[in-house]
Amino acid sequence: MSGISRRKLLTTGLTAVAGVSGLAAAAKLAGRDGLIPPDAGTLFGAGGTLTYAAQRILMGHAGAREFDRRQISTAPFANPVDPPLDGAFGRLQAAGFADWRIDVDGMVARPASFSLAELRSFPQRTQITEVACEEGWSYIAEWTGVPLAHILERVDTHPQARYVLYRSIQKDWWDSIDMADALHPQTILTLAMNGTDLPVPFGGPVRLRLPRQLGYKSIKYIVRLTLTDDLKKFGSGLGSSEPDLGYSWYAGI
Amino acid sequence: MVPRTPRTTGTRRPRHAALVRATHWLTALSFLALLVTGAEIVISHPRFYWGETGNVNMTPAFSLPIPSSRASVPTGYGYVLPDQNGWSRALHFEAAWLVVLTGLVYVIFGFVSGHFRRNLIPEPLERGPGRLAAAIAAHLRFTRPGREDDGAYNVVQRLTYLLVIFGLFPLVIWTGLAMSLTFEGAFPGAVILLGGRQSARTLHFFVSILLLGFLLVHVLMVYLAGFRRRVGAMITGRPVDAVETVVQAGEPR
Repeated sequence: MSGISRRKLLTTGLTAVAGVSGLAAAAKLAGRDGLIPPDAGTLFGAGGTLTYAAQRILMGHAGAREFDRRQISTAPFANPVDPPLDGAFGRLQAAGFADWRIDVDGMVARPASFSLAELRSFPQRTQITEVACEEGWSYIAEWTGVPLAHILERVDTHPQARYVLYRSIQKDWWDSIDMADALHPQTILTLAMNGTDLPVPFGGPVRLRLPRQLGYKSIKYIVRLTLTDDLKKFGSGLGSSEPDLGYSWYAGI
Repeated sequence: MVPRTPRTTGTRRPRHAALVRATHWLTALSFLALLVTGAEIVISHPRFYWGETGNVNMTPAFSLPIPSSRASVPTGYGYVLPDQNGWSRALHFEAAWLVVLTGLVYVIFGFVSGHFRRNLIPEPLERGPGRLAAAIAAHLRFTRPGREDDGAYNVVQRLTYLLVIFGLFPLVIWTGLAMSLTFEGAFPGAVILLGGRQSARTLHFFVSILLLGFLLVHVLMVYLAGFRRRVGAMITGRPVDAVETVVQAGEPR
């Protein structure tokens, strides 16, 4: 073997060692800081875990981009809800959503139930952000609502809680986020869009808007929030009702 | 140390270094996965826009004349294709991680080992416009490369590979990342510079088409230059019939 081949072998070997030890270090770091998503063990878990960990480490607390008022879309699009909303929703809608309530339970000191009027009386945040669907389309709107962080403070969340589960009035439609997203100031229980009550097709009366992630994480018609330290207890244990369809839990990409 | 003699055939230096071969096939594998899943994701919204936002209520810059996997997209076809976005997105990002990490290893190796300087930067003799024109003309006439070309790339190859490695790949990664909401939040300038998130998606599509074009021409050229020989060289490091040459006592080509 010539000198050059040996040198190349050495270079290749060193590169491989650097790569493997880099991965090992990353895995150790991920275990310590909770950078592993609940669906990490699925078929494509490796890519999803890398994305989640990389975005949490490199992009940290950065919020979703906020836009100017003149960038608000004049023609927003609402994906139709499937299956269509049922009679229970219709009755609440006919009464102007006066009886709509959001229950908060799980790892909290003071479980609570809030009406829309109560939610409106809490501190509000208004932000102009984009809804981006995994299919590729998007629109920009102005959203107003209560930061989820305010609700979590009000019910006195246990420090051990690691995730917030949020459920729609639609059967089997729920999702979850980690505390970094739950406490992020842009994560809001949205009550209004472009200055009017949130229209039903866009998730009214109340939708959890999470502008740092794709549209499918922003579930419509929220009725219940549950704080937990273990997502395995819910559904198939992968953190949302979406994994059954193959959609990843983390949708920051 | 053996002096560097890139054009001399018959040295013990393989045509392709082991790391170049490994990263070449990892890239080929990831790129095929990205191509298939990318096409599948496009099917869920085969419309392209320019600017920040775009959806079915807005006028597209152009639409692909294909059916869609979403009933909400007007395509003119009377049917809707099955939704395959879940696994397609997951595999797309997993393959993207593989190609990015592989590319990083390759680029670091390329600089450290002198691979770029030795094999890809056109040699001083080739740099004149006359030489370049002659090489392009030879390509267009599909002149089969002779044995003397076994040891090195010609100038058209060198420039094309440099364009793909330092132009198209960085661009496809940038435009892909620009579609990530978390990335956009952390680095809004990287999206604004591309003309907005929908512009980034459109550019991502076009760069992918250019990369597909490269792949097709690349495979055609390998075919014209002797498929077995060249593919064998990219697997084993040496032209496949190097042994046969000895057996056939150097029969002229």
